[in-house]
Amino acid sequence: MSESQVASAAPQTPGFRMIRTLGAIAMLSGLLVVLVFQYTKPIIAENQRIAIEKAVFKVVPGASRRVDIMLGESGVTVPGENGGTGEKVYAAFDEEGGLKGVALASGAQGYQDVVKLLYGYDPECSCIRGIKILKMTETPGLGDKIAFDPAFLMNFEALDASLNETGDALAHPIVAVKAGKKQSAWEVDAISGATISSVAVAKALDRSMQRMAPLIQRYKQELSGMGQ
Amino acid sequence: MATLPNMQEKLSLDTFVRGLWEENPVFVMLLGMCPVLAVTNSTMNAIAMGLATTFVLVASSTLISLLRNWIPRQVRIASYIVIIATFVTVVDYAIQAISLDLYNALGAFIQLIVANCVILGRAEAYASKQRLHTTLINSLGMGAGFTVALLSLGTVREVLGSGTLLGIQIMPENFEPWVVMILPPGGFFVLGAWLLLFAWLKQRRERRLLEQEGASHAG
Repeated sequence: MSESQVASAAPQTPGFRMIRTLGAIAMLSGLLVVLVFQYTKPIIAENQRIAIEKAVFKVVPGASRRVDIMLGESGVTVPGENGGTGEKVYAAFDEEGGLKGVALASGAQGYQDVVKLLYGYDPECSCIRGIKILKMTETPGLGDKIAFDPAFLMNFEALDASLNETGDALAHPIVAVKAGKKQSAWEVDAISGATISSVAVAKALDRSMQRMAPLIQRYKQELSGMGQ
Repeated sequence: MATLPNMQEKLSLDTFVRGLWEENPVFVMLLGMCPVLAVTNSTMNAIAMGLATTFVLVASSTLISLLRNWIPRQVRIASYIVIIATFVTVVDYAIQAISLDLYNALGAFIQLIVANCVILGRAEAYASKQRLHTTLINSLGMGAGFTVALLSLGTVREVLGSGTLLGIQIMPENFEPWVVMILPPGGFFVLGAWLLLFAWLKQRRERRLLEQEGASHAG
């Protein structure tokens, strides 16, 4: 469209008409978005619940029920209207209501971006029972093996996370070692070619466990009671 | 674009087919390259992105065509963007409701459909001038052309890059995946190959036409 056309067309359109058009379109859009939002909200919430549940049951073998709780220095609270204090954890129970483990979320800087994962901690054996990568952007074919490489995931079937004598931190930090060099129960065999991603997983576990394992052990009784 | 302003196009088969072939948004017009390169690392992503874009394209073009005599020229771009953004938000919620895994795989590219120039281009060049039914058919054709283009990249990249098609292993066990194909450079390689093929086909057709003309002159 040329300049002269704009100039000749302009006076024919009063500002009122433009405002009316834009206003009407914006109202229509708002209405449509609200309708769709209202309709999909419960479905999306349900999808998210199923996704979390699936992940929790994967990292805590034998669990069939989960309870969301907040665990902090002051003890166990149920997230509700008051919010609760501490970190959100998922207590996982079996059919009889026995505590099978606790699932926690953690994350650490990987090769390209933060690797976010969920892992299961078993207070009985003081060990990690499984991990699931929730979000990552590691290199396909190399770093992304941390999510499915069977040999790597074997590390987390019984990864030692026992407490030290004073009970305020881990006895041994969880560390990643070079592929095939694992000697102790608290070491993680890295994937060769994906060392940085493997280290990120170990770091995420260590950082979270150093803080949370003492709390879980301290409030184990209360956690078990949540299953009833 | 061949359509002149204020010229109403007659509905024909060409209205639909043009988007698939002659004016294919990706291979011929080279529009909307961002999702074409970014989310075609698997066939499933390509299908989802193609369908999402088609839905936004058809819905927004239809509405714009309905309102075309009512929107003042001065505020038309703002109106188009609001309409497009509305349908993108709708698609965004719909995909979250259908599958969270798919939503995470497509990432920010769902919201970025707003900025896809195929859609705004259609609104400005076609929907704002043509009647409802031709607009509907034309935008369906354009959407199908976009989806087909995404699919032709997605299938090639998935088969070569991970040896699977829609997640099902189709290459022999001892096939070593070309990891580069699912990385960003693979998108450029495959797109380049397709563009080469399209340019070659076009050249060959033109040469044939010339030869035919030459032959008829000689005869």
